[in-house]
Amino acid sequence: MQKEPLLKMKGICKKFGSVQALNNVDFELYDNEILGLVGDNGAGKTTLIKIVSGAYSPDEGKIFLRGEQVNILDPRSAKTLGIETVYQDLALADKLNIAENIFLGKERLKNFLGTPIRILDKKRMEAETLPTLRKLKIDIESPRAKVATLSGGQRQATAIAKSIFWKARIIIMDEPTAALGVAETMKVRQITLDLKKEGASVILISHNLEDIFSVVDRVIILRGGRRVGDRLVKQTTRDEIVKLMITGERAIQ
Amino acid sequence: MSKNSQNTAKQKEEKKVVFLLRHTVETYGLLAGFVVLCVFLSIASPYFLTLSNIFNVGRQIAVTAIIAFGMTFVITAAQIDLSVGSVVALTGVITAALVTRAGFPVWIWLPLVLLTGITIGLMHGFFVAKQKIPAFLLTLATMGVLRGIGFIYTRGHPIYIGSRGFRAIGRGFIGPVPIPIIIMVIIWLICYFILTQSKIGKYITVVGESQRVARLSGINVDRVLIFVFVIEGVLTAISGIIMASRLGTGSPQVALGLELNVIAAVILGGTSLFGGEGRMFGTLLGAMVIGTLVNGMTLLNISPYVQMVVRGLVILGAVWVNMARYRVKR
Ligand SMILES: Nc1ncnc2c1ncn2[C@@H]1O[C@H](COP(=O)(O)OP(=O)(O)O)[C@@H](O)[C@H]1O
Ligand SMILES: [Mg+2]
Repeated sequence: MQKEPLLKMKGICKKFGSVQALNNVDFELYDNEILGLVGDNGAGKTTLIKIVSGAYSPDEGKIFLRGEQVNILDPRSAKTLGIETVYQDLALADKLNIAENIFLGKERLKNFLGTPIRILDKKRMEAETLPTLRKLKIDIESPRAKVATLSGGQRQATAIAKSIFWKARIIIMDEPTAALGVAETMKVRQITLDLKKEGASVILISHNLEDIFSVVDRVIILRGGRRVGDRLVKQTTRDEIVKLMITGERAIQ
Repeated sequence: MSKNSQNTAKQKEEKKVVFLLRHTVETYGLLAGFVVLCVFLSIASPYFLTLSNIFNVGRQIAVTAIIAFGMTFVITAAQIDLSVGSVVALTGVITAALVTRAGFPVWIWLPLVLLTGITIGLMHGFFVAKQKIPAFLLTLATMGVLRGIGFIYTRGHPIYIGSRGFRAIGRGFIGPVPIPIIIMVIIWLICYFILTQSKIGKYITVVGESQRVARLSGINVDRVLIFVFVIEGVLTAISGIIMASRLGTGSPQVALGLELNVIAAVILGGTSLFGGEGRMFGTLLGAMVIGTLVNGMTLLNISPYVQMVVRGLVILGAVWVNMARYRVKR
């Protein structure tokens, strides 16, 4: 039916002690789509995306990128494959400023006074941060503002900026709107759509069906560590999705 | 609505003033304290401001400060190293053995002693990063082990070092300035540069704030942890050499309790006890305050027992101020 998925996972299993967080889960993400990943608390959503982002390794299962099998050993190798993640708690360094956070792990360097010694090029990193912040229409005074001083929406935007700065092909967002107010939620939805416009694919975890129905193309439903459904948003209803999340069965037509 | 936003603007303004005040006190408070201490001591004791005393204090401060620069990296990375006093003793003994007993020239003994420091640092880093042993317990154990090795090798007797060239390291001058002070200043410059300008300096800070954030950002946390312990190992070995040279012996008994002065200097200097924020200039000042305080008490004939109490109280005060400062910000 469809062309080859951009990202495909087959038979993913992950156990934490006696808890079977993921049980033989298949997953596919297509080019330039926004995929919603939904499920009740503890369904295994975060665990699944952490396997994609290299934070966990699966007990069993295979991962394919454009049809080629890959090993995602750690967050660094995920980044090299063009996979960036905005974590549920954002994973920002509070004591660093916005520019430092965006470039964390990928600093721009320059030569110190013409010697071969490489040092941080702070000016350049701050200058390069500005256009990204503008593109996200983030209301922030300066790239030198410490993250600890930002509002929830600004922090969210910084975390998103950190991931999109690097032109990732796959961007994962774990409950990006959970802690935000109405206006900030709208902004994150807009950013998600903008990311798609620029050619990226997005995996969006959300409890908020409003998020799902306003931006998502396709939705995968997890329940108790199993995949219980896969729907095009255009061809489904809220009731059906809620029913799948709770009982794992299709709504009675 | 508009009244509301006015209010927050005013609050912001007030916050800014408080912040600036705090910042000033944090930055210059210790400096002011140091000046006051010096003025007081120069009035209280006629010897304090003599050149020979200043040089003497400077040499003592150098030994503590050089280790404290390394400790600043360690504490910024939310780690600790209690073994430094023992490493000073052990590297002093090894230096004495290589210089006197083996009669090696400098280009052999110096790399060997530095290598000892690196090896100790690698070992600490390995156990902390790869075996997940808390640095506090690990270095508490090696504190005993390393000094013990020094005692076993020497059977408790100091090794006398006759070499004049070697003694010059601790006692000599370049121009009018004692060599240990010059070494200290050079190392400070390098450490300050690493902490504020380099990639590894940034990574140390982030690892100290949150290992998880560092890891998710693609930083090799283990490597950063090993790096801080190796720097500390090398710098402690350098201090061990200076100490042995100043004393003219390598003795397993020296530098008992030195870790307290070193940690006090770092904490006093404003590096966060919780990690994630390092102050290299503060550490230099902190080491100067501690060194001057100890010297002043000796000049004023204060008994060693009272000195112990005062030193302990200074450390307590420093920890208290440090906790208050960084807890509010959390
Ligand atoms: N690091 C972990 N250690 C132990 N159990 C975990 C861990 N992470 C997740 N789990 C368990 O795995 C299950 C799935 O969790 P999670 O993926 O966080 O669900 P979701 O994000 O869908 O709410 C839960 O039962 C949770 O308690
Ligand atoms: Mg979750």
